[in-house]
Amino acid sequence: MMIETVLSMRDVSRVHGSAAAAVQALRGVNLDVAAGELVAVMGPSGSGKSTLLNLAGGLDSATSGEVFVEGTLLAGLSKSRLAAVRRRSVGYVFQELNLIPALTAAENVALPRELDGLSSRKARAEALDALREVDLADLADRFPDELSGGQQQRVAIARAVVGPRRLVLADEPTGALDSVTGEDVMRLIRGRCEAGAAGVVVTHDARLAGWADRVVFLRDGRVADAAGPRPEPEALLDGAAR
Amino acid sequence: MSIRQGLLALLLDGPQHGYQLRQDFDGRTGATWPLNIGQVYTTLGRLSRDGLVETTGDDDDSLKLYALTAAGRAEVEAWFATPVQLPDRPRDELAIKLALAAETPGVDLAAVIQAQRTATVEAIQDYTRLKTEADPDADLGWLLVLDSLLFQAEAEVRWLDACEQRLARPRQPRQASQPRATRVARAEPEVRA
Repeated sequence: MMIETVLSMRDVSRVHGSAAAAVQALRGVNLDVAAGELVAVMGPSGSGKSTLLNLAGGLDSATSGEVFVEGTLLAGLSKSRLAAVRRRSVGYVFQELNLIPALTAAENVALPRELDGLSSRKARAEALDALREVDLADLADRFPDELSGGQQQRVAIARAVVGPRRLVLADEPTGALDSVTGEDVMRLIRGRCEAGAAGVVVTHDARLAGWADRVVFLRDGRVADAAGPRPEPEALLDGAAR
Repeated sequence: MSIRQGLLALLLDGPQHGYQLRQDFDGRTGATWPLNIGQVYTTLGRLSRDGLVETTGDDDDSLKLYALTAAGRAEVEAWFATPVQLPDRPRDELAIKLALAAETPGVDLAAVIQAQRTATVEAIQDYTRLKTEADPDADLGWLLVLDSLLFQAEAEVRWLDACEQRLARPRQPRQASQPRATRVARAEPEVRA
């Protein structure tokens, strides 16, 4: 089976500000995320986690190095081309959900597809598919303030994955949710990755990072270490009884 | 906790053979704490001597049926009702390791912390995978054990983060003669042979 790289970051650095006030947020980071893979990024505040996510999603541009999304080099794209890549390839889940209060769940999810130029009917059909995926089809016509926090977060995830998006980026996606609901959110993101998307989740919560195939530790803008799955989880249980 | 209480708890369900108790214990705790059959029979022998269980059936260990006595039932009910105290848990080798690493010249404490964090997060990944494979209805006991392991591992990672933040602060050189009697008395480091 061919492994398809959806996100590729090559020797990426980002300096904020200039001269004496320059802050090096990322230093020569390399990261590949393949279709089907979920990667968690952990690190203390100021380690460059959010910068990494913003660069991966084309919300910020690298000072040096290259970022590819589905094979497209982001540097040098015109504003409108970049905006198109962001809309079509990348879905974002933020801690603040940014749902539009005057739109129903389905309308919120359909909005990015309408901006892509789809007819409202087709956009709504895709939105309903995405809402079904997060188990919210019944509540499609409710407004955000008629939904619980967990349900709103699921709408935000549906909006992030609606249509053909292959790269899902999430920044502390379980924010204020309780631990069981937070787990449901990770289950959904994980499910989306298993269905073929590539995912990057920034979190300070090690239990959420546990859902990832790989965990990358950032420290002072560099990749300090990485944790991957081991072949036999059962072997661990002997140690658990210590 | 001891095997004693575990076996008494299983017998609340009704009389059982030794090998059934062993299987049940494994099943309910996801083999987190594997017992061998010898441990099971030895423990049952002591429980019987202490009047907490009684046996019926053959003299042969494998054919004996074990049942709780009234005293055994009282003991296991008291066990469930009593919270586990933190100091009853085994000494934390990791805390002792970091404490020693912090004060030993030439040891890179940040590297020790990161190596531990990576290992602990890998454990969290494994527990999470086991959790996704478990059946939420049939494996409830096992899921609770996994959650416990997950929360403990998460707490360890948070503690490592705190260690690192402490490490990042500038240190005052310590005076060599400063007594640290209270700290030593509390930690009582016990070096394993």
